[in-house]
Amino acid sequence: MKDALDIFLWVIFPYLALGSFIFGTIGRFAIFHAGVTAESSELLEKKQLMIGSILFHIGIIFVFAGHVVGVLIPKAFTDWLGIPNEIYHIGALVMGGIAGFMALAGMMILSYRRFTNKRVFKTSSFSDLMVNVSFLIIIVLGLSASFIDGAILHPEFNYRLNLSVWARQIFVFHPDYHLMLQVPIIFKIHVICGFLIFAFFPYTRLVHALTLPWQYIFRRPIVYRKRPRV
Amino acid sequence: MKVKAQISMVLNLDKCIGCHTCSVTCKQTWTNRPGAEYMWFNNVETRPGVGYPKKWEDESHYKGGWKLNRKGKLELRAGNKLNKVALAKIFYNPDMPNLDDYYEPWTYDYQTLFGKERKHQPVARAKSQITGEYMKLNNGPNWDDDLAGSDRSFGEDPNMQNIEADIKGNFEKTFMMYLPRLCEHCLNAACVASCPSGAMYKRDEDGIVLVDQERCRGWRFCMTGCPYKKVYFNWKTNKAEKCTFCYPRIEEGLPTVCSETCVGRIRYIGVILYDADRVAEACEEPDDTKLYERQLDLFLDPNDPEVIAQAQADGVDMETIRCAQKSPIYKMAVEQKIAFPLHPEYRTMPMVWYVPPLSPIMNYFEGKNSIKYPEMIFPAINEMRIPVEYLANLLTGGNTEVIKNALYKLAMMRLYMRARTSGKDFDPEKLDRVGLTEKSATSLYRLLAIAKYDDRFVIPKAKKEKVEHVEEEQGGLGYEACNGCSLAPVHGSVLRKAKAGESGKDAYAESFYGGIWRD
Repeated sequence: MKDALDIFLWVIFPYLALGSFIFGTIGRFAIFHAGVTAESSELLEKKQLMIGSILFHIGIIFVFAGHVVGVLIPKAFTDWLGIPNEIYHIGALVMGGIAGFMALAGMMILSYRRFTNKRVFKTSSFSDLMVNVSFLIIIVLGLSASFIDGAILHPEFNYRLNLSVWARQIFVFHPDYHLMLQVPIIFKIHVICGFLIFAFFPYTRLVHALTLPWQYIFRRPIVYRKRPRV
Repeated sequence: MKVKAQISMVLNLDKCIGCHTCSVTCKQTWTNRPGAEYMWFNNVETRPGVGYPKKWEDESHYKGGWKLNRKGKLELRAGNKLNKVALAKIFYNPDMPNLDDYYEPWTYDYQTLFGKERKHQPVARAKSQITGEYMKLNNGPNWDDDLAGSDRSFGEDPNMQNIEADIKGNFEKTFMMYLPRLCEHCLNAACVASCPSGAMYKRDEDGIVLVDQERCRGWRFCMTGCPYKKVYFNWKTNKAEKCTFCYPRIEEGLPTVCSETCVGRIRYIGVILYDADRVAEACEEPDDTKLYERQLDLFLDPNDPEVIAQAQADGVDMETIRCAQKSPIYKMAVEQKIAFPLHPEYRTMPMVWYVPPLSPIMNYFEGKNSIKYPEMIFPAINEMRIPVEYLANLLTGGNTEVIKNALYKLAMMRLYMRARTSGKDFDPEKLDRVGLTEKSATSLYRLLAIAKYDDRFVIPKAKKEKVEHVEEEQGGLGYEACNGCSLAPVHGSVLRKAKAGESGKDAYAESFYGGIWRD
């Protein structure tokens, strides 16, 4: 029975979450695209937003990039480049730590603002509140996984030998759940929360991350639109 | 030369009584919804005053409109494209106005007025429409209505900065005028250029600036970009909204609601033909005081056969050209030069223009002997209660000469008509001095004073039957929060073209193109 739970968590659940993410996003943009906005509340409150939003967004962008590197680049590759394991981990902890604490500080300010500013709180939907809380949880989990569970409790643990391998296997549809069994518990919860966020991503305000206005850089300043002839 | 048609408006401030009918009817029509309570697509400001939102003309604070960069090229004052990305402005827009620059919308707790008899007289207290809690009112729409002349309005009106100190706060010399404001539907709209999503656009056929509610992603740069602060952010739908120039009415040949309901009949709507190829060049005029004339220079004579031929070649339909020929706007702005743009120095080429008001100098042109010595108005205009400098700061970027000429003309026309109706002699040569003839003075009088409906509004009907796709239009998105509504007509047709095998590039080129700016 223990295996059944592990199979569910490390084989079935990731695909459910990613399926929800992919099909949900397609649906959101194909059918419900008019509701895709950043849901800014800057009109209602400005000062706390300034610090919180900038800290969080810059932090989370670097955190995301760090995850992509950590998960997708195999250890063999950095070994081939001649980067020793210790240096890699210290580098990851320092850079990831800076970005992670920026994101945490930003999200704490943003959440404080969302829950205590009356104008912002009263105009928030349940999903807005949920997004804030879940980001707080996952950032705290991620930081404590790296700095407590990884660095202090299990210094011998190297996520690049099991967790990252498993994560790459997901993309080739062949995840080996046994790899996840040796992973410390906080890492495990962090991974599950991560997939949960991906699962509800398309149905919340988070979709604004996918609508970056690249075309603005190349566009003519004044846009004219003509009614098409039928 | 590329001829485009622009629907535009002139407001005769001489007749505005500040009754706010335009604002109220506009609000009833467009913005009486949750999220839009604080939006006034049309508002009437008492001048001098702080305006709405507070001190909107202070562009060193709000960073609206365009400026010339070191190379003399146009650049958004709030920062160019790179600046928006590099400085993380998309995460936080530092120049965006806050709700407190407008006001927190409220309603009253009317329920307490009903119910059982109580010991004390019940009072309906103000309740915020955002938080639902009781609130203390310290700002609102028209908070300084009719309070011109107070220290606050003199001190906080940016147009007063360049006026001699002796007028400021000198109570006997205090003056007041009304300034109704709406979206300017600019030729070089800074809001359109600011929109990262490409949701804001000018309509090709009439130049009305609209926000595509389906494409708006709520980045809010339009709010900052618009120097007139006439783009608002709906806190409920999280999208931008603005004056639509009542386009559904315009398409039927009807005037906007604000114009239709104006009790003073001060508003005029008509078409102007302009040369889109020269807009950029005109906007880059380095001298602020010349921007008005540069804009005037863009307008084309609708009776010139060459212009008509080019207009037809550029896709302007015949009805629009005919309306442009009868346009009251052309008459006031170009032929008589009595109408001026609001703050041309923002370099957006605004298309809602104003006839400056005459103000008490009664003795000079209504007192004894005034008809006998009409030339007395020339020195008199300088003694006007409303300083010419103030009007020039508002309407011509500081060019007082053109304002004076317009006021001479208006005053002389009054003297002439007064002499005529009271059977007195009037030397027609006096009219000559201000560029009027007996015929043109009479016609100007009819246009300004009688202001018949058909003279005020000359609006071409949209040839919608040729372009409308009824099934797609049905249930199209208005200003509601939209979760999965029918595709807007524009996008629908693009999809249809894609299905018919047209390449994305071709469909794009047909549906969107920049008429003015060639990179």
